Amino acid sequence: MQVQFRIERFNPDQDTKPWFGEYTVEVEPTDRVLDALNLIKWHQDGTLTFRRSCAHGICGSDAMRINGRNRLACKELIRDYGDKITIEPMLGFRVIKDLVVDMEDFFASYRTLQPYLINDEPAGVGRERPQSPEEREVFDDTTKCIMCGACTTACPITWTNEDFLGPAAIVNAHRFIYDSRDQGANERLEVLNSKSGVWRCRTIFNCTEACPRGIQVTRAIEQIKRTLLTGDNNPD
Amino acid sequence: MYHRFDAIIVGAGGAGLMAAAQFASEGDVAVVSKLYPTRSHTGAAQGGISAALGNLEEDHWIWHMFDTVKGGDYLVDQDAAEVLSREAIDAVYELEHMGLPFNRTPDGKIDQRRFGGHTRNYGEAAVRRACYAADRTGHMILQTLYQQGIKNQVRYFNEVMMVDLLMTDDGVCNGIIGLDIQTGEIHIFHAKAVLLATGGFGRVFKVTSNALALTGDACAILFRRGLPLEDMEFFQFHPTGINKLGILLSEACRGEGGIIRNGKGERFMERYAPTLLDLAPRDMVSRSIHQEIRAGNGVDGQDYVHLDLTHLPAEVIEQKLPDISEFVRTYMGLDPITDLVPIQPTAHYAMGGIPTDVEGRVTVDGDNTVVPGLYAAGEVACVSVHGANRLGTNSLVDLVVFGRRAGKHMLEFMRQNDHQPLDPEPDYRARAEIDTLMSNETEENGADIREELQVHMMDDAGVFRTAEGLQRLQSKLAELKDRFSRVGVRDKGTTMNMDLMETLELGYLLDVSEAVVAGALAREESRGGHFREDFPERDDANWLRHTLAYKTSGGIEMGSKPVVITRFEPKERTY
Repeated sequence: MQVQFRIERFNPDQDTKPWFGEYTVEVEPTDRVLDALNLIKWHQDGTLTFRRSCAHGICGSDAMRINGRNRLACKELIRDYGDKITIEPMLGFRVIKDLVVDMEDFFASYRTLQPYLINDEPAGVGRERPQSPEEREVFDDTTKCIMCGACTTACPITWTNEDFLGPAAIVNAHRFIYDSRDQGANERLEVLNSKSGVWRCRTIFNCTEACPRGIQVTRAIEQIKRTLLTGDNNPD
Repeated sequence: MYHRFDAIIVGAGGAGLMAAAQFASEGDVAVVSKLYPTRSHTGAAQGGISAALGNLEEDHWIWHMFDTVKGGDYLVDQDAAEVLSREAIDAVYELEHMGLPFNRTPDGKIDQRRFGGHTRNYGEAAVRRACYAADRTGHMILQTLYQQGIKNQVRYFNEVMMVDLLMTDDGVCNGIIGLDIQTGEIHIFHAKAVLLATGGFGRVFKVTSNALALTGDACAILFRRGLPLEDMEFFQFHPTGINKLGILLSEACRGEGGIIRNGKGERFMERYAPTLLDLAPRDMVSRSIHQEIRAGNGVDGQDYVHLDLTHLPAEVIEQKLPDISEFVRTYMGLDPITDLVPIQPTAHYAMGGIPTDVEGRVTVDGDNTVVPGLYAAGEVACVSVHGANRLGTNSLVDLVVFGRRAGKHMLEFMRQNDHQPLDPEPDYRARAEIDTLMSNETEENGADIREELQVHMMDDAGVFRTAEGLQRLQSKLAELKDRFSRVGVRDKGTTMNMDLMETLELGYLLDVSEAVVAGALAREESRGGHFREDFPERDDANWLRHTLAYKTSGGIEMGSKPVVITRFEPKERTY
C-alpha cells in the first residue's frame, strides 16, 4: 500500500526553524513505521535522521511522536495508522537534527535518584541475597523501563517545569525503593519529596498511555506519594 | 580532539560494561559507544544466563562444561570452557549482588529453568541451569551494569563510533580513533589498553535477530589492519525467529514446554533428536526445520513452521514469557495462548570473531602470540567457548565471565605499562576514508548494495552451504565491493550524519562477509553451525582445528590453530 508521510525536519547546519518534508512510500500493512522511515532514508532522502537500533521495542532508541502520540517507531504497524502518517520529534527536548533529540538532561534526572542498588552489608560469597517471589514481584513492573523518554516527554508538567525530574526517573527510583535488598530508599524519597519530585505530578496519566513497555507509570508515582505520606514502604 | 586515558572500552554492552566495572576504584577508563547508553543489544537477550548453582536440582560446573563442549561440536577450546562454566557461578552471584532482579524460588534463591543443550550427568536429560529475569534477562544485565557504571562514575562517550585502531610499529595497541556522530568531530583516544566489545555482525544476513547497529565494526577494522579473524564460518541461526521479521522468540519458549510443529502438525524433532527433542542445540533444530521445509512439510507449502505454546497454561505464558507474548501480539496479530506462531530460523550469533586467550588478550596466530594492550570480549571475540555452535544462555555467561577477566587483566597491564607514543598524525587513515566517502559522487546507493549483500549471504552462506554457492557468493562480493568504491554519502552535513555512519558500516559488513565466505569455503566438512551439503560429515582427521582468516594484498589467506582438548575427547554428537 502507498502511505504518505509528513516528517518534521530540522538541520541546524542550514535551517533556522523546523519544516515538514513529504514522502510517499510503498509498504506492507504489516510493516513497522520504522521500516517505512528506513525506506525513505535509504531510497529517497539520505539526510533524514532518526535513532534506531534493535527494531523490536527493546532498546528504546526510536521514540518519536507518531500522529501526535509518543510511540516507538519499531512497535507500530502501518495498518494501525492508515495511509497518512505524521512524524515529529518528542516534545520538550532540544532537537539535534530531524527526529533526534538531546537526552542529556533526561539521563541527568535519572542519575539524580541513585539508580543502583544501595546495600553496604556484605552479601556473602557464593550465594545470593535472599528475596522471596512476592518481594520480587512488588517492583517487577518498573524493572521493564528502557529509558526511551516517551513517558517524560508526554508529561505536560515536564514541558513547562524544567526542575521536575519526570516520570522515567521516578520509575527507576521506584524500581529500587521497593526492592527488599536495597537500603537507599530514604535518600531517594527525600529527593522525591522535594519540589522537583513526585508532588509535581497531577495524575494526568499521559505517561502511562505513552509507555511502550506497558508500565503503570502513574501508579508507580502514586505508590511513592503514599509511601511519603504514610511512611509505609509497602506499595500496596 | 585528543584524549588520554589508561584504558578505553569500545562498546557499552554486557562485556564492555562488565569490564568497566572492574575499574571501580582505580584507573582512568572511558567507554566509547556508537549508541546511547542502554541501547546495546545485550538488552535484547531474553531467556537466561546459565550457571551450575544447583538451586533446584543437582548440577555441577563440569556438566555445564561438557554440554558447552559437546554443544560446540568439539571445536570448543576446553580450557576456556572450563573457565566459563566454573566462573559462571561466581559471576551470576556478582550480578545478583549488583542488584540484578532474578526470578526467585519459593525459598528465596535465584530461580533456574531448562534451556537447549544443557543437561545433567553428561546428556541424560535437560537440567534447570538458566538463571533468568522473566524473558528480559539481557535487559536486566545491561541495566544493572549501566547502573554500576553510574555508581562508579564511569566516563561515557556516547554516539562515538570507532573508525580505526592505533598500533605502534612494534605491534603494541595504543589507542583508537572515534568519529563523533553528533558533531562529526574526530577523536583521538590515546590509551595503554583497549578493549573491543562491539558485538556481532548479524546484519550481513537478510533475516536476523540482530540490531541494525550490529555490523562487525571492530572485526572489520582489525581485519583491514592485517590481524586475523577466527572461525568466521560458524554463524548460528536461531530456530525460532518470527517469520520474515527475524525477531527472536527465546528458546525459553521451549524451555517452558513449547513444541515446534511442521505443516502437518507433527512434532518433527522426535525424528532428529529423540532424547532432547525441541531442546536440542540450535544448529540441529534450525537444520531440521529447513529439512522439513525442503521435504514440503512447511506450513501450507511455504518456508516456515509453527511454534506451539497453546498447550501451556496461560499464566506460564503471561508470567514467564511476557515480552515474547507481546512480540507475537504486536508483530503477528496473534495470541500465543491460542494461536500457533509462524517461525523460521533467523541469523543470530557469530561464534567466530577476534581470537583471544582466556584473559581476553587478542592473539594473532596459531601459537597465540598476544598483541600487547589489545583485548576483546563478548560476541566480537572468539575465545573459543562456543566452538562450532553456541548453547543458549552461554552468550550472556561469556559476556560477564570474559568481560570481567579482560577488565581485570587490563587493570594489571595498565599498572605495569606506560602510554606508548602515538604517530604524529594518528588519524590520517580514518580522515582519508571519511573524506573519500564524503566527497565521492553518489553514483551508487549504499542501501542497494547492503540489501543485495544480505540476500546473497542468506541464500549462499546460510544454514546450508555448497562450494558452488560459496564461489558464486565470492564473485558477488567482489562485484559489491567494486560498486561500494563508487558510493558517496548523500548527507553532506556534520551534525548527526547517520548516512555517513551507515556507509562506514556497509564497508565493514562487506569485509566481514568476505571472511565468513572464505572460512566457509575452506572448511570442507560439516560441524555445528557450518553445514556443507557437499561435505555433510564432521571430519576430525582434517578439521578438528580453528581457522584464521588474514586479509592480505593478494586476497584472503587461511591459517589455522589447534583446538585445546583437556577433559573430553571428541565423540559423535547425538541428542
